[in-house]
Amino acid sequence: MSQSLLTVAPSPHIHTELTIPQVMRGVIIAMVPALLVSVYNFGLGAVYVTGLSILFCAGAEWIICKYLLKREPSIADGSAVITGMLLAFNVPSNLPWHIILIGSLVSVGIGKMSFGGLGNNPFNPALVGRVFLLLSFPVEMTSWPQAVATWSLDGTTGATPLGILKDGLRAGETVPALMPQMPSYTDFFFGFQGGSLGEMSAFALLIGLGYMLYRKIITWHIPVTMIATVFVMTGIFWFIDPTRFASPLFHVLTGGVMLGAIFMATDYVTSPVSHKGMIVFAIGCGVLTVLIRLFGAYPEGVSFAILIMNAFVPLINTYLKPVRYGRKK
Amino acid sequence: MNDVVIYTVLSLTGIGLLAAVVLYYVSKKFHVTEDERIARVEAVLPNTNCGGCGQPGCHAFAEAVVKSGDLSVLHCPVGGNPVMKQVAEVLGVKAVEKDPYIAVVRCSGSFEYRKKTNVYDGAPSCAIAAQLYSGDTGCAYGCLGMGDCVVACDFEAMYMDEKTGLPVIIEDKCTACNACVKSCPKDILELWPKGKKNQRIYVACLNEEKGSTARKECAVACSGCAKCAEACRYEAITIDHNLATIDPDKCKLCAECIDTCDVRNIVATNFSPEKLQQASEHRQKREERERKKREEEKAQATANNNPEPTV
Amino acid sequence: MKNRAFHKELKTFRLGGVHPQDNKLSASAPLAQLPLPKQVTIPIIQHIGAPAKVVVQRGDTVRVGQVIAQHEGFISSNIHASCSGRIGIIEEVMDSSGFKHLAVNIRVKGDDWLETIDRTDTLVEGISLSRDEIVARVMEAGVVGMGGAGFPSHAKIKVPEGKTIDTLIINGVECEPYLTADHRLMLEKPREIIVGVRILMRALGVSRAIIGIEDNKHDAIELFDEWLREDKQIEVQPLEVQYPQGGEKQLIQAVLDREVPSGGLPADVGVIVHNVGTTFAIYEAVQKNKPLVERVVTVTGKDVKQPSNFWVRIGTPVIELITAAGGLPESTGKVVSGGPMMGKAIADLEVPVAKGTSGILMIAQAETKRAEEYNCVHCGKCIEACPMGLEPYRLLLLSKAGQSEKSKRENVLDCIECGSCSFVCPSNRPILDYIRLSKTKVKKLK
Ligand code: SF4
Ligand code: SF4
Ligand code: SF4
Ligand code: SF4
Repeated sequence: MSQSLLTVAPSPHIHTELTIPQVMRGVIIAMVPALLVSVYNFGLGAVYVTGLSILFCAGAEWIICKYLLKREPSIADGSAVITGMLLAFNVPSNLPWHIILIGSLVSVGIGKMSFGGLGNNPFNPALVGRVFLLLSFPVEMTSWPQAVATWSLDGTTGATPLGILKDGLRAGETVPALMPQMPSYTDFFFGFQGGSLGEMSAFALLIGLGYMLYRKIITWHIPVTMIATVFVMTGIFWFIDPTRFASPLFHVLTGGVMLGAIFMATDYVTSPVSHKGMIVFAIGCGVLTVLIRLFGAYPEGVSFAILIMNAFVPLINTYLKPVRYGRKK
Repeated sequence: MNDVVIYTVLSLTGIGLLAAVVLYYVSKKFHVTEDERIARVEAVLPNTNCGGCGQPGCHAFAEAVVKSGDLSVLHCPVGGNPVMKQVAEVLGVKAVEKDPYIAVVRCSGSFEYRKKTNVYDGAPSCAIAAQLYSGDTGCAYGCLGMGDCVVACDFEAMYMDEKTGLPVIIEDKCTACNACVKSCPKDILELWPKGKKNQRIYVACLNEEKGSTARKECAVACSGCAKCAEACRYEAITIDHNLATIDPDKCKLCAECIDTCDVRNIVATNFSPEKLQQASEHRQKREERERKKREEEKAQATANNNPEPTV
Repeated sequence: MKNRAFHKELKTFRLGGVHPQDNKLSASAPLAQLPLPKQVTIPIIQHIGAPAKVVVQRGDTVRVGQVIAQHEGFISSNIHASCSGRIGIIEEVMDSSGFKHLAVNIRVKGDDWLETIDRTDTLVEGISLSRDEIVARVMEAGVVGMGGAGFPSHAKIKVPEGKTIDTLIINGVECEPYLTADHRLMLEKPREIIVGVRILMRALGVSRAIIGIEDNKHDAIELFDEWLREDKQIEVQPLEVQYPQGGEKQLIQAVLDREVPSGGLPADVGVIVHNVGTTFAIYEAVQKNKPLVERVVTVTGKDVKQPSNFWVRIGTPVIELITAAGGLPESTGKVVSGGPMMGKAIADLEVPVAKGTSGILMIAQAETKRAEEYNCVHCGKCIEACPMGLEPYRLLLLSKAGQSEKSKRENVLDCIECGSCSFVCPSNRPILDYIRLSKTKVKKLK
């Protein structure tokens, strides 16, 4: 027998390689294409905002762990980096650093650590931060730099397609009349539109989705259901009255639907655990998004929709059980 | 914007009112009149809800005593006699005094004496390890050292000693609530009468293997040699399955057995070294006397030519 | 003309499942006879049910195949001397269960078999015994389920009162990674296994048998297909590779799409499942009058010099097998008796091989050491993996909180302890550890 003692533990004796740090790394990789698009579109601003946001989030987590909770800092699991990236993805690329700092502190401090860290937070931390900023700094949070690669930090600002639409409709114009002011669908798809950092390009986000599905990090249930819900619902309204409602394709490709469905609604911690639950949750997110967009005060509804549905997750988890084996009546 | 505020306030007020009305009726409908003595008993109880009395919590205990009115079985170990006296007053019955108890650790296989034979890598819980196998040392009876008992204790009366790997009970804090005893999968913990002057004597081992095997597994294991049992004048020590066990009801705390154990595994708490020394000398003298007496008897027997052997 | 098996559509079970790397390193190592050990230690309880009663004494001389412990009651099993020699000490020894149990030690001398046993390799095809005689013979031979659980086989070939069995399923799945014992047996003894299947069919009175084999054993599927080409009653069903397909409930779902009701037995849905190893042992018991004294054991591991499949006498110390496969690799952290998903880690290499020991696996410390545990992130992967449709993350929390009543309501007793949940959990949570604890507590509730 060899000199060292044998190890004994209950089975199973092997484990998959996909552990939390790997998962988080996978998600970060999946966000890279979208980040590249925004760097291409916004230049240095995107790099600056994302970098700062990651730095602040990770820093906040480190400091909170070390000095407030007095435990081993949990940065290595990578979740703070994701929160940072997602927060950056949800803000304009010309946001001043102090707002990013506040957003990061709220995201990590209130959104996550106050509940006991990764795994215990009921709401998506990045969205908590974003909504907080949206309510506190409405002007800064909605002056979107135009999507032109300017390698200087102050470009011109303008509205997002959804903003144009909302304001135009309010002013009594019709959708067909507003459409010529917008970029084409191809532009939407590849990311030449105004808006938050990460919501630019549906194409880049879909690449990310593909990667996460391939690595089995997430399942299709949430993203596909949520996008489909938005598509179908806006489709119905569009069908009823194309002058008052924009086409479903427009809704799916603009604003944060893709970003929300792929990266934020799929957050493990704040989404349901069973497939059934995931589908209900995603439908809820989709329906709320559409309702807010079409009838609410904001042009954009994804963040609020996901946050509201986050609140229902414990309920969904309690009532939507997976199909049990051998218990069919 | 203003409309929104008004609507929100209105709807919230509406919901609030509705809930209040519903709650009012529900509470009226389901209101049960309780014996008011229950509340009074509850008021004198420690209200730690530790379950040491065998009831799910203090309220349940109060209900149970009020219902039965009998204090001989129901007893709150945490509050002890003073609290039970108050309970008796509330109920208008006679208080029943009970000796205070304390938890003792019946294992002394510290790291030093009990070598590891494997490394446990499962969930850090004694209960889980105990279900899996006989343990990470040779001894299948000993403490597993993962502190399920410490977790179970509501009174912070226990901690794991990092040097020995065994739990330690803090005398002044232990309330004898039995929580640790129930939590230990190896039955290492036992409630023991606290004893006069806090003195207790017990064997800190549960190993039932044959002496030689037991000692291979743990250097201080009880080998069941019975020397202590022979030394005890009160027949308080019995040997069963190669293991000595002291009956606390019979033990008179004379401490004469302590140094008969070749591995010093009989624990005597709160005895001064002098007292132990005295006890030892006392025993040796007594044994000396007895031996002499036997020899004399033997000599006499041979003198009388009586073949009957002496015991 | 019958549909050839390898053209058939692959089936699998519907709920959950995981795909650990299969690492079948010893798949090409032919069955080899392990040299006789100097001594064997035979535990007298190697099965579910009542322990057998020892009928020999220290100093007795025994021959191979002689009963050394007699079954007590119907759900119990005979234990035979697996080697000839003199009975040594009869005492409690550590076995692969991790606890000490009574065992009979034999100092091996020669290899002297009872003459009633047919030790030749000739295939005996004709089945002459009646149903009851088969049951009696299997019981006499001490055959137990060799897939691990160790349920006495004779009890499983007697059709329970009031039940009708329509299908016999033969479990050739071997879904545990690394293990190849059943695979090799299927390749080298296909015809014996087929006779075994016919014996079982006669005993159970069924006219349909299905041999389920996972698709990573293509050679075995083809081989059986070849031998069964003219057979109208026995068919081969290839299955998708997915763990835990070898679980009775999963196999039944995969092959027949039937679900065993919670708390019930396969017989409740008209099915009996036997493992191929057991089927072979039943063939030997019935046709050759040979009791279960040896079995195939896979000795394997990534760093093992010669991953092998041995014929091993019951009671042989594990260390002998390891030595024969090239010794314990430096890197070894765990030695597991059984497969990596459901096997038992053993601390002591002297423990004996039992009737249910399908493999000895040496896993490197780096691979098996549990990684840092995180909070549950509610990813739902454990739910996705659970073949029983449970919510393992919740069961873990309930178990930690000591909520046995609630655990019971969440069907914790349905858990088959397959380990899929712990395997997939990205937070490395010891889910199954706590579920097992909870199951014990819930069983005590009643
Ligand atoms: S040490 Fe044990 S008996 Fe004493 S208070 Fe703590 S849990 Fe209760
Ligand atoms: S006394 Fe019991 S519960 Fe406490 S650490 Fe030892 S084995 Fe665990
Ligand atoms: S061990 Fe139990 S709970 Fe876990 S996956 Fe298997 S059956 Fe489900
Ligand atoms: S797999 Fe692990 S982290 Fe995911 S839900 Fe289950 S217990 Fe939680």
